[in-house]
Amino acid sequence: MKETSVLICGVGGQGILLASDLLGKVAIEAGLDAKKSEVHGMAQRGGAVVSIVRFGEKIYSPIIGENEADFILSFEILETLRQIKFLKKSGICIVNNYELPPFSVSTGIDKYPENIPEEIKKHSKEMFLINGLELAREIGNSKTVNVILLGALAKRLSFPKECWIKTIKEHFPPKIIDINLKAFELGYNS
Amino acid sequence: MKVLLSGNEAVARGAYEAGCNIATAYPGTPSTEILENLRKYKDIYVEWATNEKVAFEVAVGASFAGARTLVAMKHVGLNVAADPLFTVSYEGVNGGFVVITADDPGMWSSQNEQDNRWYALMAKIPMLEPSDSQEAKDLIKLGFDISEEFDTPLLFRMTTRICHSSTPVTLEDKINHPIKGYVPNVSKFLCLPSNARRWHPIVENRLLKLQAYNEQLNKNLMEINDTSIGIITSGISYQYAKEVFPDASFLKLSMTYPLPIKLIKEFAGKVKKIYVIEENDPFLENNIKILGIQVTGKDKIPICGELTQAVLKKSFDISTPKPTELTVKIPERPPVLCPGCPHRGAFYTINKLKLHAMGDIGCYTLGAFPPLNALETCVCMGASISNAYGIERASTPEDKTKLVAVIGDSTFFHTGVPALINLVYNNGCTTVLILDNLITAMTGHQQHPGTGKTAREEPARKVSIEELVKGCGVKRVFIVDPYNLDELKTILKREVAIPEPSVIIARRDCVLRIKPQFAMKVNNETCTGCKLCVNLGCPALTFKDNKAYIDHILCTGCGLCQQVCVKKSISQEPKC
Repeated sequence: MKETSVLICGVGGQGILLASDLLGKVAIEAGLDAKKSEVHGMAQRGGAVVSIVRFGEKIYSPIIGENEADFILSFEILETLRQIKFLKKSGICIVNNYELPPFSVSTGIDKYPENIPEEIKKHSKEMFLINGLELAREIGNSKTVNVILLGALAKRLSFPKECWIKTIKEHFPPKIIDINLKAFELGYNS
Repeated sequence: MKVLLSGNEAVARGAYEAGCNIATAYPGTPSTEILENLRKYKDIYVEWATNEKVAFEVAVGASFAGARTLVAMKHVGLNVAADPLFTVSYEGVNGGFVVITADDPGMWSSQNEQDNRWYALMAKIPMLEPSDSQEAKDLIKLGFDISEEFDTPLLFRMTTRICHSSTPVTLEDKINHPIKGYVPNVSKFLCLPSNARRWHPIVENRLLKLQAYNEQLNKNLMEINDTSIGIITSGISYQYAKEVFPDASFLKLSMTYPLPIKLIKEFAGKVKKIYVIEENDPFLENNIKILGIQVTGKDKIPICGELTQAVLKKSFDISTPKPTELTVKIPERPPVLCPGCPHRGAFYTINKLKLHAMGDIGCYTLGAFPPLNALETCVCMGASISNAYGIERASTPEDKTKLVAVIGDSTFFHTGVPALINLVYNNGCTTVLILDNLITAMTGHQQHPGTGKTAREEPARKVSIEELVKGCGVKRVFIVDPYNLDELKTILKREVAIPEPSVIIARRDCVLRIKPQFAMKVNNETCTGCKLCVNLGCPALTFKDNKAYIDHILCTGCGLCQQVCVKKSISQEPKC
């Protein structure tokens, strides 16, 4: 299997690292080599956060250069644009339809760009816009947005669904397994 | 069975499997999770020390007593611990002693990009560098063995991408190494010139023995493929180089000091052109050039910044697809103080009073950014107080009354205390503002001497900052709630003007550790859009349709915006 690179991005505190953890575990579960890279510390205090997961027969670098990601899974619509240079022209974007204005925007210095989905489409083969928060509220837990988005990504990757379900069951404490399985299904079928 | 572990998790696992008995650390990105993960293993004693020097010396003591010990810190932490490092190199160890330095190329969360491999050379101790998590685990185990066999501390050099990348690891069983117990050995463990003169030649000889050992080490990997290009590399750079030059020949070194000279010469004899691919300084390159071997390195590869496969491709003029060009401008998203962060009130007040504030290392360094713009210097851990006092010494009497040092609780314990004593002793008058959020926040909430809990969150004796400060000779000590802007302003304004040292402790829990009960809301009828509240720099507060708007989910109800609103347009509501 040729290597696949997934870039997961968003804003510190959105549950990005959990999503990349799960994806990495699923790849190992499926018997592949996998590497995952992320940055902690200063970068997490409400700043832009990026995590990269790569899997395939043999992976060397845990990070990627421009034009090397097969997928971008984005938790915040503007952050997709910040990272889109890393996406291959043939790459796919799965984007949470959610705006979190950076500080310069909320104070009126900068403007939140308009027509972001159109811009994303220009630089990707396909884009899927997911109403993560809306779906999460449907199942009564707004904290499950990350697993919903992961479900949407899972649908487009080739891992067996059982691998995902097994990994979710192993990863979460018993009390919140069911709600996360529900969230995963919701994303998978969105 | 393989599991995905971060480099830090793998180090912890490796230490466990190696029978490590005692581990100490001071938190610092990217090293923090090493000790946090060591807590998983109940038979290892772990502790957060007050600073890296103390952590190092505690570990040394444990090693003297025959325990396998590990100390972990970020790269700048080793500067703090450098004093014992150089002497312990002479004294040697009893139980295996591994010193972990986590360097931060690219400065993701650091104030400099120093390359700590030079410490191995300067302290004359062996160094190992893993290139993924499996190696991190394997080499830590080897590190304890080398330390014991050669009677030396061992430097274990990680970088951010090794620490925070997760790669597959095969777990193994633990090998027990019971603590041998302390036996006095003055001629070995007491550094006096007479002893040290005897030790130095032993250290030089040890380096020769270590070099011979490294020649045979099976962890150094020679891969002969296409012989037109040979690459000498180590650590994460190996992964980037493999990505860019899949067909080249490689000499990947796991032990990068002292270098295996014969092995390098052997490799040089097999390939036509040698490139040394390494991140930051030309450490391998210079040390190989000294051997008279012609290599190319930093002539092509930048010294500054993180190395990536993209940087490598650019260095070697390897073509890449045309970069994506966007037609829209993307606003920056720098890190910010959290909504409800108790530090915000302090910075807002400093800004309003137009004080000169000298900063320190922690979340609160973010107080330097707009719109708070409250900090003017930052050097290293603990430097705020000594810096501010130094500026006081060189200032006019009028300027002296505008100086304040801003330091966090954990940083105060780390190296702020000696600076405060110096300020008191030398008749300084700088005001010290201790932002006490009752935890080491920036690195992810580690315990410290003021929290009353150990690294395992078990009860510990609590060191009171106010009593400590009074013990240092400060007479004027005040405790304020940083959510109370009026009180903070009154006290700060008064204390900076008084010609004697005062300490103001602004105390409130880090907001990430409490469950908010309230949120604030804006009355659109009365809000005039004056933006006074927006100047607090709170991420929950935005400006929409010429009115202030508060995001209910993000808001923690700290109420600062309510206090600064002159139109009384902001009120509290229960958090839903």
